Amino acid sequence: MFLDILILILLVSAALWTVMCRSLLRSAIGLALTSAILTLMIFKMNAPLAAVFELSVCAGLIPVLFISVISLTQAMTKQEVIEHMKSRLARFWGLPLVIIILGLVLGLLSIKFKAKLPLSEVETDPRLVMWHLRQLDLLGQIIILFTGVFGVVVLFKERKKSG
Amino acid sequence: MCASLILIPFISVLILNLPIKGMKRLAFGLAALLFLLQMVAVLIPDAAFWKINHSFCAGIFNFELGADILSKVVLFCIGMVSLVTLFSALTFVKDSDEKFNFINILLIAVCGMNAVAMAKDIFSLYVFLEVVAVSSFILIAFNRDMPGLEGAFKYIVLSGVATVLMIAGIALLVLIAGSTNFSLIHYMLIAQNKSLIVSLAIGLFIVALFIKSGLMPFHGWLPDVYTSAPAPASVLLAGIITKVAGVYALIRIVVSMLGFSASIQSILLFVGAVSVILGALAALTQSDFKRMLSYSSISQVGYIILGLGSGSVLGIAGAAFHIFNHASFKSLLFINSAAVESRLGSRDIDKMGGLAKQMPLTSLTSVIGSLSCAGIPPLAGFWSKLMIIIALWLVGFKGYAVIAVLGSILTLAYFLTLQRKVFFGKPSDEFKDIKEAGFSLMFPAIALAVLIVAAGLLAPWLLKGFILGFVPIIGG
Repeated sequence: MFLDILILILLVSAALWTVMCRSLLRSAIGLALTSAILTLMIFKMNAPLAAVFELSVCAGLIPVLFISVISLTQAMTKQEVIEHMKSRLARFWGLPLVIIILGLVLGLLSIKFKAKLPLSEVETDPRLVMWHLRQLDLLGQIIILFTGVFGVVVLFKERKKSG
Repeated sequence: MCASLILIPFISVLILNLPIKGMKRLAFGLAALLFLLQMVAVLIPDAAFWKINHSFCAGIFNFELGADILSKVVLFCIGMVSLVTLFSALTFVKDSDEKFNFINILLIAVCGMNAVAMAKDIFSLYVFLEVVAVSSFILIAFNRDMPGLEGAFKYIVLSGVATVLMIAGIALLVLIAGSTNFSLIHYMLIAQNKSLIVSLAIGLFIVALFIKSGLMPFHGWLPDVYTSAPAPASVLLAGIITKVAGVYALIRIVVSMLGFSASIQSILLFVGAVSVILGALAALTQSDFKRMLSYSSISQVGYIILGLGSGSVLGIAGAAFHIFNHASFKSLLFINSAAVESRLGSRDIDKMGGLAKQMPLTSLTSVIGSLSCAGIPPLAGFWSKLMIIIALWLVGFKGYAVIAVLGSILTLAYFLTLQRKVFFGKPSDEFKDIKEAGFSLMFPAIALAVLIVAAGLLAPWLLKGFILGFVPIIGG
């Protein structure tokens, strides 16, 4: 229980740092850190396969993509960073406060969900799930990836021409 | 053979992109043929197409799909609006490579929308909503101008918020029901009616779909996105994408999964009524042609939600008919807006006037679209609004029925203002030499206007069978 609470506090802190951080690069690293902590939580909940996916894709691949894109952008000047931070802090200063108050309220209310949850099934072989039980979703994911790549090619190719 | 409607558009995209000479020239014809065939297949409900078991690929694919009358209405609208979008792209996308790319993205969007219309599983619905969303981002940013990129960014952010809420809702529902199938979740929800976790899951899902539908007060993204997108993308977004990704998904979730409870009906009716009135009031104050149509869309979607909120067979049949009507008259009006923009280079209605003389066909078709939208008999829009209002009255929501009538009066008011300022007012000297828009915009406009008039005139004979088709879905 103590470990669960510790992981939750670390998770929320890392997520807050990601959102409020002044540098985009640090935000990307914060995202990787958040995902890594989430991996711990998923692993503790007996879902090792989901934890591996979270670690490899969300903590590994996605931050790398973000950092690659950020490295292509032009860095802001010091003055611009100061101006940007002013508006950023004005927008997000209440965020940690909201989370703390929400946590306290939910803790005090001690809400009990009365739902009768179904018994957990024996973990089905992921290969069976992906290739037999969720074929339509697999097709959907292939189409999403294809569309994403197609979109990048279309939009970037044209930008290169006009530039 | 529902799977064909997903597989054929996607496989077409793959084939079109093979490094074979002449494929680019095939793209327009192939896409037009596919959209037309989809419409024909829906119009013949007993066609062999729906009964063929996909035995040629039964060993490979095992898709859980189904098409009832509600799905078929939406599938027809998808074919119709996509065909219209394809023609309008001929005017606005000049470069042949760009046109080819646009058609590819359009085919992918159609593939995603078809899957959403036929999904029987909440997670599959979510996955294909994302297919629609990703293709929409590309279509909105297609011109790579600043307004388009800004619009796409807004859509990405708001769509992201909706996605987070939706996936959280799905997670809770799977936790409760242990399944993602609509009917299994429905039975589990009945068994656990008063659980807080159930209410939370339903709330998250409904709010996500309100955002996707652009209903008030979740509409912030919609006017900006419709206005900033390229003209053909606006036609597609306003005509069908928002209707499938938001409104249809909401109807499907409520009808097939959540069922009607007093609290769900109250939320739907309240949000629907607010959207009808505030959307119409906001439309009255606009001077940008497309922005006015965008607020009009919010108001008309409100009617669909009011029909759904009635919880009766008549109301839901009215909502489905209004989806078809909205797809036809709003696509027509966006085509008219595109025609005016293509000739004048402006969308500011305060600077226009007397265009009826120079653009008679655009003017005539826009009058038909506007009157149908305002619910003037005997046009198609009248019948769907009448069905919704009667349904609300019969189930005892008389106040909401009165709001729906008032909303129609406001709709007529802003469309009369639009007509007077653009087509019938004092002719502007600046635009006296302009000519009627080209064939690629006029052909879909005339076809849609004919469809609106024909659907309106034939409605008294067809409505009974149409309404009865919804009895098995609603079950009462």
